[in-house]
Order: sequence, then C-alpha cells, then structure tokens
Amino acid sequence: MRLPSFELYITTRTVFALIIINKAGGLIYNRTFHDGGLNKISTNDYLVLAGTFHGVHAITARLNPLQPRTTTNRASLSSTTTGAGAGDLVRPEPPSGLEVLETENFRMQCFTTLTGIKFLLFADTTQANVDLTMRRVYDLYTDYVMKNPFYQLEMPVRCDMFDRRLGSYIREINNR
Amino acid sequence: MAHLGPGKAASSKEQTGLRYPSNGKTIYHRPLNRTKTAELSQSSFAYLFSEMVSYAQRRVTGIQELEKRLNLQGHPIGLKLLDLLLTREPPRSQTRPLTIIALLHFIKINLWTHLFGRQADRLEKSSNPDTPDEYMIIDNEPLVNAYISVPREMSQLNCAAFVAGIIEGVCDGAMFPARVTAHSVGGKEEGEMWPGKTVFLVKFQPEVLEREALIGKG
Repeated sequence: MRLPSFELYITTRTVFALIIINKAGGLIYNRTFHDGGLNKISTNDYLVLAGTFHGVHAITARLNPLQPRTTTNRASLSSTTTGAGAGDLVRPEPPSGLEVLETENFRMQCFTTLTGIKFLLFADTTQANVDLTMRRVYDLYTDYVMKNPFYQLEMPVRCDMFDRRLGSYIREINNR
Repeated sequence: MAHLGPGKAASSKEQTGLRYPSNGKTIYHRPLNRTKTAELSQSSFAYLFSEMVSYAQRRVTGIQELEKRLNLQGHPIGLKLLDLLLTREPPRSQTRPLTIIALLHFIKINLWTHLFGRQADRLEKSSNPDTPDEYMIIDNEPLVNAYISVPREMSQLNCAAFVAGIIEGVCDGAMFPARVTAHSVGGKEEGEMWPGKTVFLVKFQPEVLEREALIGKG
C-alpha cells in the first residue's frame, strides 16, 4: 500500500489560504487555495476570525517586557534625556506582535505592513520559504490593488487582476 | 485644435539668437533620459495614471463621459508627439504621413515604440463594407492597463481611452481628423490568453476618405 504515503506527499507543502485584514480589523480579502487541510467556515466566521485575530495581535504587540538598561544605553541616553523618568529599566523597540502560530496541522504566518495591514498566510507546517511567499503576495497586493484607481482604501479587495495573478502564483507553489 | 504641419525647420539657420550644436542635434533629438535603456519606472507611471483616472472620475456621471475625459487628457500629447517623432526622423523621411496606411503604420511602429517600447500587435481594416472608414489598432496588453482591474459594474470602461486620445491627437495633427475609441475584447474565447486585449477603433471623418479616393485616382 503506497497510496497513503503518496497522499501525504501531496498534502504536505501546500499553501492553504490567505486572509488580509485592514487597519481597523475588518476582513478585506480571503481566499482558499486548497480544498481540504483546513475546515471550511462561513463568511461570517471569517469576519469574526479577522476581528479576533486583530485583537489578539494588538495584545501581543503590547506585551513588551521591560529589560534592564545596559551600559551602552545609559551612556547614549544620559546625553540626550534630562533625567525625566530615568530608572534602571528601559523599554526596547516595540515588538511587532504575533508573527507565527504553529499547530500540528498548519502554520499561520502573519505579516504586518508599515501601514498596518495584516496578511495571514495559512500553510502546511513543512512548507518552506513562507517568508518569500509572503513577500511575493505583498508585491502582488501593492501592484494590483494599490495601483488600481478603482480600489478604495480599507474596503474589500475586488480586483480581477489581483485574483488572477495570486491564483497562478500560489498554484505554481502548490504544484511544485 | 492647432493643425500644425511638421514642416522642416528650413529657416533654422537664418534665425539669430539661438545657438545650434555643430552636429545639428538639438535637445529635441534625444530623450531627456540618457541612460542606456532610457527606461522610466513603470510604478511611477502606474501611480500617476491611477491618479489621472481618479481625477477624471471625480465629476463625471457616466462611463462615456469618463472615457471622453481620458481621451481629452491624451489628445494634446498626440499632437505634440507627432511633431517630436517626425523631428527625430532622418531628414529624408521627415514628412508627415500622407495616406491612411502610412499614418497607421507610423502610429503602430513609431508612436508605439516611443511610448511603450514595442510595436502594436496588429493593424486591421474593418471587414464590414458599411464602415470603410474604420480601422483597428490592436494591443494585446496595453501598458496603461497593466495594473487596472475595472469593477464589474463599469465593465464597458477601458482606461486605454487615454491612449486612444493620443492616437486621435496624432491623426488630427496629421490632418486626418478621426474619432478614436478603446474597446476591451479580452472576454471572448480568443481572449483567454490576453485578458486585457484592447482594440483602438479609428473612425476617420468622411472628408479623409474622400481625399484618399482622389489620391488613389491620381
């Protein structure tokens, strides 16, 4: 019986779905690339998922442990600050929040743009180079959504060209 | 609409006050961008064009009016480009096109290469005997539409109306008054490969065909 292993080979290394969430936590795009692998949920649930994730992401972005001030920090700070609120602790750069969520069945990668839009990519745990895929998806978004005069910011993405290019790009990855 | 013939600058030598380089090449003979490939950023153009479409969209009530506005934005560019491109031709062929075919070839080859870095894909004459004044310039994927997805409720719109305006400007400038419109034909079975395929329909005024017939006889 070699069939199961063959099936396993097919179902690994797949990009399952993409979700795009706007600044306010609203779902502006969702698309499933591969049937199976993930449960199907209703559009309403997608909206809830987007809103919930937005909240969780905001919380994780505020989880910002204080770190003991290092000597280099103190040296550079003492010249610039006038001592207001000076203590032994300093806050590091604000963290970017939740980036990866991994379960035994899938791995969710989150990428936040500088303008606060979140891209969630659901892929198989063995999928390699998700960063690269994410980068390319972002490229496609900037090209075919942001350069489209008929797209209104923060509104749901309905761009044929984006759908087409994204579909062919992900199909290429999933068939590899 | 200024009907400026491209006329050779015969009197250029007589003028005083302007200095001409010894090789005769003025700033009009070369593009401003002198890098090897003389390329521009497609992204910058896409953002600019996107804003042009939004601007045209601001105070219009219908799709036809929007296309008209885009057409008007392109028209002056066509008028000027005709002069510029003819100036850059070698002196021997520096005459404006005198027949419809010569004009359309000039558009398909010279104009398209200057604007988009390649020729237009096809040139056709209307096969319908009722409309002998219609010619078609076909572009499989217009550069201006590279990133544009037209929403479903505006499916009649083709933003290449801007390019149609440029073509119209060239035709008007060469004294072949015409109406040029852009039509998407990518939806059909043939269009699967080129979803953005666009036909520029050039409809000449009756007097142009009249003149053409007279030239043919002579």
